[in-house]
Amino acid sequence: MILESQLSPENASYREVVLAGDYWMQVVKSGQTFRILDLEGNQAADTLFYSAADPAERYSAMDTIRHQGNLYLTAGTRLISSEGREMLEITADTCGRHDTLGGACATESNTVRYALEKKCMHACRDSYLLALMQNPHFGMDKRDITHNINFFMNVPVTPEGGLTFADGISAPGKYVELMAKMDVIVLISNCPQLNNPCNAYNPTPIEVLIWD
Amino acid sequence: MNNEMLYEDVIPGGCHWSFRVGRGQVLRLVDEHGGTNVGMLMYNAEQLLERINIPDTLKCQHTFRLGAGHCIYTDMGRVLCSITEDTAGWHDGVCGTCDSQLVESRWGRKTYQQAGNAMHRSGRDGFLIELAKHGLGRRDIVANLNLFSKVVADAEGNLTLAEGCSAGSHIDLRFEMDTLVVMHTCPHPLNLCAEWPARPVRYQIYQAMPLSDTDICRDSCDENQRGFLNNMHYHHGHCHHHGGGR
Repeated sequence: MILESQLSPENASYREVVLAGDYWMQVVKSGQTFRILDLEGNQAADTLFYSAADPAERYSAMDTIRHQGNLYLTAGTRLISSEGREMLEITADTCGRHDTLGGACATESNTVRYALEKKCMHACRDSYLLALMQNPHFGMDKRDITHNINFFMNVPVTPEGGLTFADGISAPGKYVELMAKMDVIVLISNCPQLNNPCNAYNPTPIEVLIWD
Repeated sequence: MNNEMLYEDVIPGGCHWSFRVGRGQVLRLVDEHGGTNVGMLMYNAEQLLERINIPDTLKCQHTFRLGAGHCIYTDMGRVLCSITEDTAGWHDGVCGTCDSQLVESRWGRKTYQQAGNAMHRSGRDGFLIELAKHGLGRRDIVANLNLFSKVVADAEGNLTLAEGCSAGSHIDLRFEMDTLVVMHTCPHPLNLCAEWPARPVRYQIYQAMPLSDTDICRDSCDENQRGFLNNMHYHHGHCHHHGGGR
């Protein structure tokens, strides 16, 4: 569902551009709204959420799917934690559909999906792991890298049970906005995947904006 | 697999258990009465940090449905197990499991004090209890399999749980590494039956036949052939030798 935001970027309390292949890890407070802006279009933003008070409580793709009885995320979707609580709500979305089935790319899964020789290409899980190692105050490690959201990514499922990585339905300037319902740690990997159309074979920057 | 059964038992409906299955063994699950759901998580037994990864499993085989010929992958690009036989036809991997809140709202609260071992238990609590036995916990719960449950998506992504399997349906999982299997027999989270729909599952362990020149799982796509190469490389790093001839 396309729903435009009423918030103006000039009033944002925080703005930062995240380059392709980099991570962004910050706490967003309950009541704050944050936006991920697809600056140049067709750029997957692989995103995880954790309760800041208890990071063992985290975004759960499965609980979100079963709670809404639907595979895709868009405006109105409530992101549910592993403890069955609402963590965030998608309050605006100019893209219309986001994936939470496909997970993040990893060097190891790239060897299976594309070629054994591709194992040293940069991947989202490497960015995630570096984020956790460089932010040790959160006390997290590899087991905390669970099933993320791929904002701006289109992974349609067919009634026959097929699954494809389709061309993105995002475009320059499209965005998704979320309001936090608890203090959350947000971990984004701006996806460096070059082997499929999720970034239109050209990974580009995103921008993160926060409103109080 | 060869016909000599190494072990056999039944998990009653609404219960949970965990055990090890060796590389080169087949775990057969039988839905004896029909309509069961088996929630399952799997971990590399010698390195528990390596575990089932449903997103990688689905995307590398371009499938949402899981059935015969598919492999179940770990997060490390290796094949955990292969679905070598399946008469159910469709298994779910994305709907997760019911928690006690959902169980109570849909089927009512039934405590041990009231109902003894027929109490209503949630799949999530079952996973947590079994994981704790192996030093694992909340942070180790990932997307689980819901075996014997078919979930279909329409064009908008709306999900429906199909009618349960017929009595006697079975699935064979051939393990490609030593694995800790954690499972429960609690209802699928999209099951809307008014009566508590927990059903038992029979499980049997057999020795697998050695991998032959053609294999319905390894050779079902190029991705799985590469997955098996990753397994081979991983097992080169082992000094001891397992059965199964691979």
